[in-house]
Amino acid sequence: MSDLPANETRFLADAEALAREIPDGASIGLPPDYSPVAMAVVRALVRRGAKNLKLIGVPVLGLCADILIGAGCVREVETSAVTLGEAGLAPRFTEAAEKKSIKVVDATCPMIHTGLQATEKGVPFMPLRGVLGSDLVRHHPDWKTIENPYAKGDPILLAKAIVPDVALFHARWADEAGNVWVGRRKELATIAHASRACYVSYEELKPGDMLEDELLAPGCIGSVYVTGVAPALRGAWPLGVPGAYGIDDAHLMHYARLAKTAAGFQQYLDEFVFKSVAA
Amino acid sequence: MSYAKEELLAVTIARLIGDARHVAVGAASPIPATGAFLLKQKNPSLRISLLQKRSGNPFTEGSRELFDLAGQGRIDVFFLGGAQIDGEANINLVEAEGKRFPGSFGSAYMYFTAGKVILFREEHSPRVLVPKVDFISAPGWSPPEVQRRGGPAALLTGKALFQWQTEKRRFLLQSAHPGSSAADVRANTGFDYDAPATVPLTATPTDAELALIRGPVAHVIAENYPEFARRVWGAALAGLRPA
Repeated sequence: MSDLPANETRFLADAEALAREIPDGASIGLPPDYSPVAMAVVRALVRRGAKNLKLIGVPVLGLCADILIGAGCVREVETSAVTLGEAGLAPRFTEAAEKKSIKVVDATCPMIHTGLQATEKGVPFMPLRGVLGSDLVRHHPDWKTIENPYAKGDPILLAKAIVPDVALFHARWADEAGNVWVGRRKELATIAHASRACYVSYEELKPGDMLEDELLAPGCIGSVYVTGVAPALRGAWPLGVPGAYGIDDAHLMHYARLAKTAAGFQQYLDEFVFKSVAA
Repeated sequence: MSYAKEELLAVTIARLIGDARHVAVGAASPIPATGAFLLKQKNPSLRISLLQKRSGNPFTEGSRELFDLAGQGRIDVFFLGGAQIDGEANINLVEAEGKRFPGSFGSAYMYFTAGKVILFREEHSPRVLVPKVDFISAPGWSPPEVQRRGGPAALLTGKALFQWQTEKRRFLLQSAHPGSSAADVRANTGFDYDAPATVPLTATPTDAELALIRGPVAHVIAENYPEFARRVWGAALAGLRPA
């Protein structure tokens, strides 16, 4: 596999600057709605007219994917699901998938994790139990079934290593040493470890080096994985940051209603993306 | 005491969970969560892992930990649904008749690795319960060479409870809910299944169960499924601020 870089974190001005670092055509590893999503950067990607992105759901996607798909920024999605949770189906994803205006590669959650974990270890694939007999195996281009080399008559599925071009998420804190703190949301660490570049928006900048603090260090992603950070206060809104602010359920329901039609979605973009309104 | 359909289903789920030690509940499953938390009122040592719990989530290794736990055999009961479910207990969460659904989530793995899976889908119609699913997200059974710890135990719908017969690879109608009947279930099920000569009615919630559901259980559910709690119990009962 190709080498992944040892980073020296760059400090960028804001979400717009961070969005400019993500090139058209990039594959982007993204967390689910319950893990901090860099929504301010997602809105900036829409404003800069990003094109041909491939979104990788780790392991599922929600609002950010629906907005990027609706805004025409996406060519392909690989994910275990796209959902707005209690707000229902993700309407722009659903329409794009039904009209086949984007390519959808269906996966199942632990196969995505396993593919990223293979990259974390620098190995080309990793096995996982289950899944055999699912039509997902027939359709997925990168999954192969082998015989367990340690036992006879025991088929097992392999996940090919997944290497996103970009990891993108939001964090409660960054520090002056370039580390970011994500607490228990370790899927963010997995995405960061496995991606060629990692961009993180953050709520607050802490002085010093969080890795010197035994209580904070276990929730940190070390700067060696972090390409660039930028401040974005309430940058996950209308999604949440665990321990800081919750998901804005009313906004999600509002979005789900509007985004049912292309015109309603455009109205949403005009109001909440192009006017750059904060909560 | 009168009860909501959701409460009947939750009580039935609590009975299906039985003496499990660890139940995990995935995304968008407020009724299974209600059933699990009702059972916990009677059996406080029951461990419930809510995958999407907003605070106090039981996992510290991120969203892969649930699957790692299941792979190790530490999860006794899990719930799965489907846009389509067929008579061989295959489930489809991807697409049917040109319509796209959210996707397979972890179903293709959890169906194999959890000790037992309760299939749950409120809509009971020939559209959902089909002879053969259009897409197999997760298969109901596997050939003998494929390692598989668990599989389906039951299928619960808004009309009936079916038991899965592993050897026959067929469902057996166990009971019809009040308001439905054996004939109604047959007319609304697209796949063939076994049924006894006389089909009993599903046991209804007791007053004690309803008191628990509308008290401590509603409060726990409202924290994680606020829209559901508001709809079933109203804002005041669920301890929520008015909408």
